[in-house]
Amino acid sequence: MLDIGRLKRKIFDVFIYIIMCLVIVICLYPIVYVFSMSISSPLAVAKQEVWLLPKGFSRGAYKLVFDNPDIWRAYYNTIWYTLIGTIVNVIMTVALAYPLSRKSFFAREPIMFFITFTMFFSGGIIPSFILINKLGLYNTRWALIIPGAIGVFYVIIARTYFETIPESLIESAKLDGANEVTILWKIIMPLSMPIIAVLILFYAVGHWNSYFSALIYLPNQKLQPLQLYLVKILIENTQDLAANMLPGEQKSLATMQIKYAVIMVAVVPILCVYPFLQKYFVKGVMIGAIKA
Amino acid sequence: MFNKYVNNIASNKYVNNKAAEGPLIKVQSALSWLCRNIARDKYLILLVLFPVIYFIVFHYIPMYGVIIAFKDFSPSKGILGSPWVGLRWFYEFFNSNYAFRLIRNVLLLNLYNLVWGFPIPIMFALLLNELKNGLFKRIVQTVSYLPHFISVVVIVGMVVIFLSPYGGIINVIIEKLGYKSINFMSKPEWFRTIYIATGIWQEFGWNSIIYLAALSSIDPQLYEAAKIDGASRWKQVIHITLPGLAPTIIILFILQVGRMMKVGFEKIILMYNPATYEVSDVISPYVYRVGLLGGEFSFASAVDLFNSVINFILLVSVNKLSKKLTDIALW
Repeated sequence: MLDIGRLKRKIFDVFIYIIMCLVIVICLYPIVYVFSMSISSPLAVAKQEVWLLPKGFSRGAYKLVFDNPDIWRAYYNTIWYTLIGTIVNVIMTVALAYPLSRKSFFAREPIMFFITFTMFFSGGIIPSFILINKLGLYNTRWALIIPGAIGVFYVIIARTYFETIPESLIESAKLDGANEVTILWKIIMPLSMPIIAVLILFYAVGHWNSYFSALIYLPNQKLQPLQLYLVKILIENTQDLAANMLPGEQKSLATMQIKYAVIMVAVVPILCVYPFLQKYFVKGVMIGAIKA
Repeated sequence: MFNKYVNNIASNKYVNNKAAEGPLIKVQSALSWLCRNIARDKYLILLVLFPVIYFIVFHYIPMYGVIIAFKDFSPSKGILGSPWVGLRWFYEFFNSNYAFRLIRNVLLLNLYNLVWGFPIPIMFALLLNELKNGLFKRIVQTVSYLPHFISVVVIVGMVVIFLSPYGGIINVIIEKLGYKSINFMSKPEWFRTIYIATGIWQEFGWNSIIYLAALSSIDPQLYEAAKIDGASRWKQVIHITLPGLAPTIIILFILQVGRMMKVGFEKIILMYNPATYEVSDVISPYVYRVGLLGGEFSFASAVDLFNSVINFILLVSVNKLSKKLTDIALW
């Protein structure tokens, strides 16, 4: 009787391991495949010989990608938006979340309601578009930074974290004559590095991956971020990187392979970073889930 | 600090007592209460000043701007100068062929997503929870979060490449198996499957984080006790794990239903094309197309407003229902 029970448990364990291995394969396969396609020899790509690991080796696709000044400009723009955008996001979010975390702050409740309401109801895309136009932000870099300066969800996460910092710390600093801004800068911020890391990661990934506001607000190609450029190469097929650089047959081979290379170029920075920040963002999701 | 707090309460009471004595005094004492608080919290106010202005400008002014849904807006006349037209745009929308199609598509996509997409992270979390803590578990978790960090553009780009009838891997496999290749992206019958499947692929690992957190907060003593009573692993899941997860599941379900009318249009705009409009077109891409590309600001705004209102009503009523039935609610 006991043995049967143990056997059952063993079988169940094996079953779980099989499923988990399947999960790994499902999640990784597309990326590995894209990577292999991007560095295989063009002939192997054309003959459909690549299934998992690269066949042959060629840097040709990457060379074409990196030789293209448009890609570099789009890349530069994305880095700019990510950097400046995240700095603005974090400053604004902390400046709002800290006062909201203070139980003694008289306007705490009304402001909290004031901002959470916007999570459930919004004016929608048309009135926002008209507003951005009126403010003169249309077709400027700031159209991607200012309208999304604060995410309500992240304010709630930060506020929840700040509330866990003991009130007595703040009180004693006050007795020493520090004002709230000094307290925030000198005491709260150093203690809040984990949550600042969460904010940076979430906001930065958001900027890195976003294309829609650029699609609406930035017709000027010189200002467009990488993702919008990818839309043109991968989905609309309106940009042909190999157009003038290669003769006929080679060109059609390269056009396909370039797409794989371009995907890798867009994805690799995030793939390199996120596993190291995993413990932070898991924490962030959990804090957010408790309160939101 | 404590003194200040007492004073604060005391002054609050003071306001209430005086209220009976007349409106003028009431206003006066309320004002003085306000002034004292502002003086006391001046630095906090300084901090929230810019964020609050941000919300007024970029969230509340667009809410006010919604009145163009009831006007015949022309950019040259401005919002105030444009003439009122009442509910004309709403009538126009509901009399068009689009209204039914758009709403049906939104609801069906959500229904499929609830049926297929909602349970998978829960099952994944339950299975993961059965693994003993260790390297393998961590690897599975890390790998399952990966797709979440890939942008929609890249996801749709990969889908387009993989499903391409000209050398896309899926079609190559189909041909090797002896069937005819399928032009997936322009076949309406495939749109929903592709949309839902890629959505699940991208988010199941990420969405399981919350459930895993809830699982780790279940008291281990409960399991000990159950084991002593001779409960099997399966019984433990039914009687301890699932009840422990229930509040989280319900909250996330409310949120999911509350988002029902807001189908992520970033992905749809990239995925759809006129060949699949019949099943792929939903409200927000339609608003984008008609409003921003077509320049019919007022009409598009009316459609969007209808969408938001339905969404808001859904959220509020599901929340209320849940509160009544299960005592679990968002607010």
